[in-house]
Amino acid sequence: MIEVENVGKSFTLHNQGGVSIPVLAGAALRVAPGECVALVGPSGAGKSTLMRMIHGNYLADGGHIVVGGVDVALADPRQIIALRRAVLGHVSQFLRVVPRVPTLEVVAEPLVTLGVAPEEARARARALLARINIPEALWPLSPTTFSGGEQQRVNIARGFVHDYPALLLDEPTASLDAGNREVVLSLILEAKARGAAIVGIFHDADARGRVCDREVDVGHFTPAAA
Amino acid sequence: MTPLLEVRAVTKTYGARIGCRDVDFTLWPGEVMGVVGESGSGKSTLLSCLSGQLAPDAGEVLFDTRAGGPRDILAMDEAGRRMLARTDWAFVHQNPRDGLRMGVSAGGNVGERLMAVGARHYGDIRARAADWLARVDITADRMDDRPGTFSGGMQQRLQIARNLVTGPRLVFMDEPTGGLDVSVQARLLDMLRGLVRQMGLSAVIVTHDLAVVRLLADRLMVMKGGHVVEAGLTDQVLDDPQHGYTQLLVSSVLQV
Repeated sequence: MIEVENVGKSFTLHNQGGVSIPVLAGAALRVAPGECVALVGPSGAGKSTLMRMIHGNYLADGGHIVVGGVDVALADPRQIIALRRAVLGHVSQFLRVVPRVPTLEVVAEPLVTLGVAPEEARARARALLARINIPEALWPLSPTTFSGGEQQRVNIARGFVHDYPALLLDEPTASLDAGNREVVLSLILEAKARGAAIVGIFHDADARGRVCDREVDVGHFTPAAA
Repeated sequence: MTPLLEVRAVTKTYGARIGCRDVDFTLWPGEVMGVVGESGSGKSTLLSCLSGQLAPDAGEVLFDTRAGGPRDILAMDEAGRRMLARTDWAFVHQNPRDGLRMGVSAGGNVGERLMAVGARHYGDIRARAADWLARVDITADRMDDRPGTFSGGMQQRLQIARNLVTGPRLVFMDEPTGGLDVSVQARLLDMLRGLVRQMGLSAVIVTHDLAVVRLLADRLMVMKGGHVVEAGLTDQVLDDPQHGYTQLLVSSVLQV
């Protein structure tokens, strides 16, 4: 479902003397449907960079990143938009929303964009918000004023409201208490059971052990010092 | 699917000065494209060229008309362009006073665009105007007031209602949230996003506000000195800018 082949990445900082910082070289990864792969490696190894390249958020310097038949490394913006809408879900560490939009609408939005009737989308959003323990009193409020853990859970709800065939999870259990962590882990296991291909970054070793089938050490893709 | 708008090598110079040069892009139905850059970078010149308000020196602007398929709007006669401007296109100006008729009531401002495409039944026109005013959160009791008595944010919402009442397919916006206070901006952004999605609109939004494009635009084009220096998926251009100027632009945003 997700295939990464010989991908490299370096950042060139034009305003800081044109320094070029190589981050990844020859990165490769394969995730089958129903499989969860953890990206591991020390901080700065390029875990988030690799994940962002799969999402199309960072440009790849070469190679192929094929998700559901679309090569993200070469695709037009239009194809990536369509891919993200229907196929590739992403739970980032930060919630980015239009201010003053109610939480319920924020969570229902991915479904509405896909063409699900607004009422049905809201019903599914309600069920998910209840499951991840966001108190009903908060649903009509904008998540911008929520606590870190609540924002994190709203973000997770947005990522799981549609049954994406491929999912990218960036630290989904960070800043969650034990109870909510269990709920999120069960959501991940259910997504696997329905056949989603998942790439995740988990600093929590116990969570990683419970949901991930294998680990890929991103440190192996660190470019040799030039 | 046919692209809604195809822009090829559009160039406009003011004497020896470059307005915009060799701009190419393709806009698909339902897509929102942002154009950012510092003032004087050619954003507004480009928007005027695309919307037929300014004749470029060279290039083609192909619009997928309902009746005749893709046609070069620059080769069209004035009557054809005017018809497009009244039906399929909408232009939201930065200053609502440029897009509204200040001496006519709010309802009249919305109704005028309907009349321009042939509506004649007073009751129908008034009902549709009332419906649109409600959609942009202007209450029915303000319908017969002139826009001059409205606040800046209300005027901007009225301008949007006036533009969208005829069900256009392409909306040009020049700094739609500029000059509004932030709480009104947020509400306007949410409203625009909702309308774009419900009506399947395509839009070209010129702005200098990177936060606005991140929330509204699918794609982004960065201009400097009349040239397009970078283009791509909005979050990719903002999070992984490739060109030195874009890197400078992104790193210059103040964090709240």
